[in-house]
Amino acid sequence: MDILLQVIVTGLAAGGVYGLIALGFVLIYKATSVLNLAMGEFMTLGAFICFTALMQLSAPFYLAFILTLFLAFALGFVIERLILRPLIGEPIISVIMVTIGLGVILKGVMYMIWTPSFRSFPEIFPPEPLNLGFSMVPSGLLWGFIFAIIGTIIFLLIFKFSRTGVAMRATANDQQAALSMGISVRWIFALAWSFGAMASFIGGIVIGNITGISVYMGDVALKVLAVIILGGLDSIGGAILGGFIVAILENLTGLYIDPLVGGGTKEVAPFFILVIILMIRPYGLFGKETIERV
Amino acid sequence: MRCGDFKEDYIKDEEIFQSYFVKFWLTLFFIFLIIFPFIANYYMLYVANMIGFAIIGAIGLNLLTGFTGQISLGHAAFIGVGAYTSAIMITRLGFSFWLSLPFAGLVAALAGMIIGIPSLRVKGLYLCIATLAAQFIFEFIFVHWESMTKGITGIHIPPPRISSLEFTTEKEFYWITLFFVVLGVGYARNLVRSKMGRAFVAIRDRDLAAEIIGINLFRYKLSAFAIGSFYAGIAGALWVSFLKVVTPDHFPLFLSIQYLAMIIVGGMGSILGSIFGAIFMTLIPELLSYLSEIVKIYAPGNEEIFVPMKGVIFGLLIVLFLLFEPLGLAEIWNRIKSFFRLWPFSY
Repeated sequence: MDILLQVIVTGLAAGGVYGLIALGFVLIYKATSVLNLAMGEFMTLGAFICFTALMQLSAPFYLAFILTLFLAFALGFVIERLILRPLIGEPIISVIMVTIGLGVILKGVMYMIWTPSFRSFPEIFPPEPLNLGFSMVPSGLLWGFIFAIIGTIIFLLIFKFSRTGVAMRATANDQQAALSMGISVRWIFALAWSFGAMASFIGGIVIGNITGISVYMGDVALKVLAVIILGGLDSIGGAILGGFIVAILENLTGLYIDPLVGGGTKEVAPFFILVIILMIRPYGLFGKETIERV
Repeated sequence: MRCGDFKEDYIKDEEIFQSYFVKFWLTLFFIFLIIFPFIANYYMLYVANMIGFAIIGAIGLNLLTGFTGQISLGHAAFIGVGAYTSAIMITRLGFSFWLSLPFAGLVAALAGMIIGIPSLRVKGLYLCIATLAAQFIFEFIFVHWESMTKGITGIHIPPPRISSLEFTTEKEFYWITLFFVVLGVGYARNLVRSKMGRAFVAIRDRDLAAEIIGINLFRYKLSAFAIGSFYAGIAGALWVSFLKVVTPDHFPLFLSIQYLAMIIVGGMGSILGSIFGAIFMTLIPELLSYLSEIVKIYAPGNEEIFVPMKGVIFGLLIVLFLLFEPLGLAEIWNRIKSFFRLWPFSY
């Protein structure tokens, strides 16, 4: 029983981290209908930039954090302008493939700059685990959870109340109507990419803190695809909730099914969840039901 | 002088060999392919074999993605299914290589059809994610179903043989590869001008409209998955027989991306494009390793830079072709051809 509780609590905390990356996917998808498969590499890049700022420039964490966010903003902007905008109106396979290509390029460039060796992140969060009485939460996961909740609330508030947020929702709803109401759809697209990059950079820093950073750490973002499909591709709240559900299920399969098949199920469980959701309810728990069926 | 492209009936339009020149050059090219193993060294033959496997795999993916418009990020998984089927049949059941080949194709086709079932319900983005999930699930199976696949240690495969003749070296294997490439290209080229090929293209262009004019989406989408995966399975079985060993490392996600890069660079919706793409994307890593050898001699210590270079160049090619030449090398080839054909009155 204790072990079950522990697994669930760890899953909840890890779910926060998944939710943070899922947020990056959703922010971009919501406004531009593009699924950015380079998200994992964005994440890794964020972690590396923050790491370099901390180590080479020996900046304090808050400065490094702001610098990282600023660079994320710039990166999102540049990528949208150079790569995604010329492809507006092209078939969906082109758009998906271009993000895959982008991911492969980013991975190679990071490999060249930072070499593939594994590094551990300098300690930026207090290392004491949180004692809940019945179970312990490791510090990295706890802070990831906190960051995820704060990030979600900020983005939710932006979407709900700010002018930009409303413009983004309008664009997501109907681009032509938004255009005719005087919203600059181009600006919104660029902004969506910047926000998405920022969310994934924060996710990268948090994950880097938990597992250490290497060029390959971005692979975790592919598991997050299960999260966003479960939560619904265009639902911010769904992203976070999906993160919790997938992380807990993943930990439970690790606990109960691993002994039966000899390990490794934790890595593949999200993909099984993914396929099952796609079969039953492709638009997810909270997504808009716009899938056309033939 | 032949100028313009006039056809008076549909039979003419569907001919494979549109003119005598094509037949002439194709014959010359075949003669070259047949004398090639006698003039080439082993390294060149090795590359030629790899190109052959890539062509078969790329045609399969092009039939599925380029012609039918169903995105697959799991092509490497189907190649893996074919490879493992063949390896297991040869080593466990004592089948000969030749008999295991069709089974490799069929089992891969079955796997492809199972993965293709969601394509009836979901498409575009969602299908892409579903096939990505399939890629990881199959990778997991290859590693963890140890009683069957022997996990990460892999399976060693004896070379194919006809009675006492063993196909062990690159040169001997070249004939097998050549035979299957010609067969595969010929079948695909004929398929795309048949009823089925036209149905595929109709589904790609607008599936609702295709259904309204009487194309059975269920049947044709699944056939596209089956045929595409059949090609992948054959490519996989040939490839691992050539390498003489199969391990799960042979079929990572990157291989799927590599195949997608092939058809994008070569030209989606074109058999010729798959061939160009396969040649191009197989030669680039070889060229890079050649360059790194040179750098090793003249500037030792700098050759490390070439390891990630492969990924960067693949990614750049995907992005640049999608942005600037979405029809790929096949279109460039057509432009060059018509430039010379119409020269000097190109307009």
